[in-house]
Amino acid sequence: MAKLILSLEGSVIREIPLDKERITIGRRPQNDIQIENLAVSGEHACVVTILNDSFLEDLGSTNGTLVNGNPIKKHILQNNDVVEIGKYKMKYVVEAAAAGQSAQDDFERTMVMKSIPGKPAAPRAAAAPTSPPTGAPRPAAAAVAPPTFTPRPAAAPTSPPTGAPRPAAATPLTSPPRPAAPAAAAQKPAVAEAQPLATLQLLTGPNAGKEIDLVKNLTTLGKPGVQVAVITRRPQGYFITHVEGALFPVLNGKAIDAQARQLNDHDVIELAGVKMEFFLKR
Amino acid sequence: MINLSSVLEVAIATHPGMVRSHNEDSIAADAEIGLAVLADGMGGYNAGEVASGIAVELIRTEMKKSLSNKSPEELNGQDAEQLIEAHAARANTAIYQASLSQPHYSGMGTTLVVALWHDNQISVGHIGDSRLYRLRGGALEQITRDHSLLQEQIDSGMITKEQARHSQNKNLVTRAVGIDPEVETEVHTYSVQPGDVYLLCSDGLSDMVTDEDVQLTLSSLAANLPLAAQQLVQQANDNGGRDNVSVILVRIAKDYPARAGLLDRVKAWFK
Repeated sequence: MAKLILSLEGSVIREIPLDKERITIGRRPQNDIQIENLAVSGEHACVVTILNDSFLEDLGSTNGTLVNGNPIKKHILQNNDVVEIGKYKMKYVVEAAAAGQSAQDDFERTMVMKSIPGKPAAPRAAAAPTSPPTGAPRPAAAAVAPPTFTPRPAAAPTSPPTGAPRPAAATPLTSPPRPAAPAAAAQKPAVAEAQPLATLQLLTGPNAGKEIDLVKNLTTLGKPGVQVAVITRRPQGYFITHVEGALFPVLNGKAIDAQARQLNDHDVIELAGVKMEFFLKR
Repeated sequence: MINLSSVLEVAIATHPGMVRSHNEDSIAADAEIGLAVLADGMGGYNAGEVASGIAVELIRTEMKKSLSNKSPEELNGQDAEQLIEAHAARANTAIYQASLSQPHYSGMGTTLVVALWHDNQISVGHIGDSRLYRLRGGALEQITRDHSLLQEQIDSGMITKEQARHSQNKNLVTRAVGIDPEVETEVHTYSVQPGDVYLLCSDGLSDMVTDEDVQLTLSSLAANLPLAAQQLVQQANDNGGRDNVSVILVRIAKDYPARAGLLDRVKAWFK
């Protein structure tokens, strides 16, 4: 479950679990989180929690609400966000985020929610797990639900998958090679940004001397309909692949095949009659 | 006899991703009858892949049967929509029955997106958060609207599309095949232009790869559809590959009116 850690000038005052759908923050005593300070409005802000998402909303306060230093009207809270109201700070922490990867993985599995018009939310499991899930799955899915929805786990995974082959319905045509370092893939996007910038310098042809920075994830080269290759930027480096045309690109004097080839610093590519050099900028 | 194999260029790719050990997605495409089906299963053990497998296989074989004795002009948008609805309903019944009969299949279900090309048109039916996109003139457009909690939150103005990208509630669908005795398929028909590229995908792609990167990939690599499909899967995996990822790409090579000649059109008019 997520919580807010309320602090003033670095010392923690208390922790507030987000166990209600709506938690209000303000100076008046009827607020769930009361902060007796004149910089805080009577009804200052509220946090609405729906399943795993918590939404912070400023209720038209006089002095505003900041998240990570930026004023907000409405904000979807992310783990470790710091909410500032007057001199008070509240850190938003999702506790289960640190729980085991498997629990996290199970949780991410697609689930169905059923809408039952006119009925209050009543969680109901479709399939009883044959063994209790290990770790601490986030209770939010079962605990707090918006009205008219019944979260319903499609089924609880009972044992580690056995890796059974998939039914023949779908024929996998092209499975990409797995990256050598799966660890690099553990973090979400922006992995490609870690790549050093690379450039192609044209060596021959009318534009000889011109440089092309490879700033996109995909850069196509050549003449459409005649010969085209693509250079892809991936976490593990830059790769060249043939796209279309009867002729394949020539890399350091040798034609490549249909497979993607990793580019090394100072490789020379020949494509549609033009030579170019690949180099990494440091 | 319907035969669109000279009109539709098709490429498919599916991969378990970098985290999951099995692939619960199922896909099938048949250029001849102009059909593409993609399903993303859910449920314990291998129930997810059983559910998606039933849906895809049943719709593929039944659709082929339904269309085998039809000529192209016998199939208009309304017929195509009815076919999609009917076969999705049968898949729903089959999965629901299976889940009742086998305890370890209990509660299994699947998302579904079905596309049927006919007479310069596409009819698309979907249930859940598997999607159809269209690339036309370099612009990518999402054609289907997810049946998910997140989409409902976006629709009600609670969160923006940008905020939705960071939501923890990506995995909650509000509609699925095989969960209840009946399911409603959302079906629409759109006109098709030569050069269009259609993308059917599971959320393993749409959650991991931004629309901008999908657009860049499709517009750069439309000349080599199998490579484009492979690139999309690779990008999802490079970005973490947290879910199974499946794509079906269909490119429209040329017009495919049901009634080619003027005489045919005049005849049809008098029918």
